[in-house]
Amino acid sequence: MNQIAEATVNTHVHRDDVGAKIGMWLFLFTELILFGGMFLAYAVYRFTYRDFFALASKELDVFVGLINTLVLLTSSLTMAMSITALRKGDKKLSLVFLGTTILFAFLFLVNKYFEWSAKFEHGLFPGSNELLSLPRGEIIYFGLYYVMTGLHALHVIIGIVILVFMFVFVLKDKVNQDYYIMLENSGLYWHLVDIIWIFLFPLFYLIH
Amino acid sequence: MEKKNSHNHIVGYGTYIFVWLTLVALTALTVTAASFDLGNFSIVVALGIASIKGLLVLLVFMHLKFDDKMFRIFVFVAFLTLTIFLVLTFSDYSFIR
Repeated sequence: MNQIAEATVNTHVHRDDVGAKIGMWLFLFTELILFGGMFLAYAVYRFTYRDFFALASKELDVFVGLINTLVLLTSSLTMAMSITALRKGDKKLSLVFLGTTILFAFLFLVNKYFEWSAKFEHGLFPGSNELLSLPRGEIIYFGLYYVMTGLHALHVIIGIVILVFMFVFVLKDKVNQDYYIMLENSGLYWHLVDIIWIFLFPLFYLIH
Repeated sequence: MEKKNSHNHIVGYGTYIFVWLTLVALTALTVTAASFDLGNFSIVVALGIASIKGLLVLLVFMHLKFDDKMFRIFVFVAFLTLTIFLVLTFSDYSFIR
């Protein structure tokens, strides 16, 4: 009797969607502290080397930064709509939105690649003679620029891997209308990457 | 019960598109504002607009507006902690010079 009851219990799927979401948020808080430390370093050095920061930021192309901002904002939109589509039971539309999100993520990286290549061609890469000949404040600006946007780009790459997994899961119905917490949590990660860029953009591209 | 609170609300496409349009408009605003020389005020404007954008993403895209209240408190405390770190360390640094 007892065994039968136990067997019945065991056939139940053990899941705790709210718990999963809390876990995801906890992880995102560690990300927040990671980037927060860098923003603090940025604040301190910008305070110390104001004029050098303003001068160095002229090297960045505002237009490229603006395009990447729009790309990420739009990818956040399609990510959010992908979850709505899945929850409304429209698997196909959800996949289209998810695919679009991945495409935009790639577009962001392609844009970043060209942006960085142009800097490298001008000799402005970490440790280059050209860069080291600049005043200290400008060296620090470019150091922060490469570390912060580089770490952010790494997050975009990780985001792409996660979203590709989600695409496969939705395709195979492992993630579906009733069980979508994984897609939701991936979305949370993607939106955080977006939020970090929202702050990186004005702080590096739009200085006077 | 929790399931009802946090999982029954499906946000419509319209809401998301509206928020996206607002985000794009705020981006245009911050770029335009940066082309004027506002002196010390420009960093305040830039960070202010970025904060509004971040808040919109948190509340709507990241569902905090529709999720259980617990999540809002959770995230608020996390950001508050970060703000304390940033403000205290920065103010300490700016006064030692």
